[in-house]
Amino acid sequence: MAGSSSMLKIKTILAAVTLSAICALPATAQEHETVHIEKQNWSFAGIFGTYDTNQLRRGFQVFREVCSSCHSANLIAFRTLAEEGGPHFSEGQVKALSAEYDIADPSADDGTRKGVASDFWPAPFVNEQEARDANGGALPPDFSVLAKARGVTDAFPWWVTNYFTGYAEGGPDYIHALMNSYEETPPEGVEIPEGKHYNAVFPGHAIGMAPPLADGIITYVAEEGQEPVPETVDQYSKDVSAYMMWLAEPGLVSRKETGFKVLLFLILFAGLMYATKRKIWSGIEH
Amino acid sequence: MGAFPMSEHSTYIPGNGVEKWIDERLPIIRFSKEHLMDFPTPKNLNYWWTFGGILAIMLVVQIVTGVILAMHYTPNIAMAFNSVEHIRRDVNGGRIIQATHAVGASMFFAAVYVHIFRGMYFGSYKAPREILWLLGVLIFVLMMATAFMGYVLPWGQMSFWAATVITNIFAAIPIVGNPILELLRGGFAVGNPTLNRFFSLHYLLPFVIAAVVILHIWALHVPGNNNPVGVEVKSDRDTLPFHPYYTMKDLYGIVLFAIPFAWFVFFIPDILGHPDNYIMANSQVTPAHIVPEWYFLPFYAILRAIDFNILFIDSKLGGVIFFAGSIVILFFLPWLDNSKTRSGTFRPMFKWFYWLFVLNFVGLTYLGSAPAEGIYVVLAKICTAYYFIHFLIILPVLSRIETSRPLPTSISESVLGKAH
Repeated sequence: MAGSSSMLKIKTILAAVTLSAICALPATAQEHETVHIEKQNWSFAGIFGTYDTNQLRRGFQVFREVCSSCHSANLIAFRTLAEEGGPHFSEGQVKALSAEYDIADPSADDGTRKGVASDFWPAPFVNEQEARDANGGALPPDFSVLAKARGVTDAFPWWVTNYFTGYAEGGPDYIHALMNSYEETPPEGVEIPEGKHYNAVFPGHAIGMAPPLADGIITYVAEEGQEPVPETVDQYSKDVSAYMMWLAEPGLVSRKETGFKVLLFLILFAGLMYATKRKIWSGIEH
Repeated sequence: MGAFPMSEHSTYIPGNGVEKWIDERLPIIRFSKEHLMDFPTPKNLNYWWTFGGILAIMLVVQIVTGVILAMHYTPNIAMAFNSVEHIRRDVNGGRIIQATHAVGASMFFAAVYVHIFRGMYFGSYKAPREILWLLGVLIFVLMMATAFMGYVLPWGQMSFWAATVITNIFAAIPIVGNPILELLRGGFAVGNPTLNRFFSLHYLLPFVIAAVVILHIWALHVPGNNNPVGVEVKSDRDTLPFHPYYTMKDLYGIVLFAIPFAWFVFFIPDILGHPDNYIMANSQVTPAHIVPEWYFLPFYAILRAIDFNILFIDSKLGGVIFFAGSIVILFFLPWLDNSKTRSGTFRPMFKWFYWLFVLNFVGLTYLGSAPAEGIYVVLAKICTAYYFIHFLIILPVLSRIETSRPLPTSISESVLGKAH
């Protein structure tokens, strides 16, 4: 009955497509107004991606010299900067770095003491009100998981491919685009309130944050034998986006490494299971 | 012979004195041998039947990972969000356990949808398996409640707003609506009491599910499995012992299922979620779009589709009635479809309407995620109407007018007639 078996195949395929479509749907559920966001080539993209230590160190420098004057990163302890798979500073460097900061500590003599590696990154403002007062009423969001709290919406049906390519860099793509989409004069017909700035990718386009980066404001010191890195807004924003992704997902590299082992095991195991199943069922009409 | 009395196929002989001693007091080894090993199972079950086993494993995965997560999670609105990050960052293996639990919810629902739609195609809800089906629908409802409350626990923006929107549904019910709403929330708005009771119930319900699953399997083991041709087992020639034939086939299915599961957990753990849930809950800021998890979308689309008053019923209550009705109607399926033929394979007209129903359901899923405006609103109404028409008109009418293709006289005959 060739007819019925090909019918069965069509049904199987139909069912499989339906299932994968159901699984893939949530990605469609976002903004109506789609702003085009240029996807970047991140070293940590895809299933083989890992962080580029040098880039994370540059990103840390951007964060420290620019962003951290307004943005907190409350979940990050100094010690994590020494972790493998991250910026991987030496323990001595982290110790010296943390000692540069004063940490509020009620048990210390005058309420503050020098930081140690186990301290968390000190916030620039004491509380939300103070942060808002210093920033024209806007609250600079915490950086700890910000890179995962932003995303890119792909039009139907392109988001389906993200499930197969393992695209998980929507956050860094958005942050990079945000840093590069300021315009001094808004397009005609767009009113920007006093104290706000026009940004093409920011929802609503009126952002409280003034353009934080400009070419040349941060000096990168290339280590021996390394190519000098351009000191441009584009480069700074790439570096800081990568750093923010690390903040949000510090275990990304080890997670993927484990993933390969698990998948390899499962595929081999499935092969063995199939062989065993066939052997057991051989000779049974079914 | 439809039913297998419990002891008829018992071939258990206690192997030694200890086993004999146990067998006379609590015949648990005999029971296990009868029901987990010797249980006569139709020899023609296809891979769609492995999803029952997959679901049993998924329940175990969710309970085990959930119990571990509960050891490190703090159900307090000031600390919940950060405690989930603490699990991801500081707990040994935490980021894998947390991702497994979060992705696991989606995989659980993907499997349950396959399982339900398999039952619908092959008529597994028909006599004598009505109670089996009813228990299954009950499990599905419990799963939805559990998943919803679990989604609130990380206390992100979507958690908070989903809790607000979904609990608000109850307010539409006349008279008792508001008391129920306040009982669910533990106050007038979603807050710390809500989080606390959801955590408690989220821990409780999986064990209720496990209990209903046991009843579900019990109800399965009385008439035995349905099968792809839908003809009852007639003789021993039609069946195989569950072990090793189906233990092995199910385990193979489970390992295959684990592959996409692992893909999500290790490579794209956040893709099934929403970025907004990485923003801590804030009652002062409403997200641009409040969207439930994908597995609720078809029902969410039905809820939103009723945006007009029906006589004295306002649109809000109307939405709730249709939303609840879309699930309650599943309980009546065994009596709405009166066709004597179980398997869709032998029902030339049903087959087409079945796939149309599947397509319609996928459409509802899509519409649940789309903004409620323009063409989407119209389509959602059409799809919602069709969802109910399928159950209330098409199935009853089909069972009257359709002529089934001739059925094989037995499972063995259908197996022998199959070209390989």
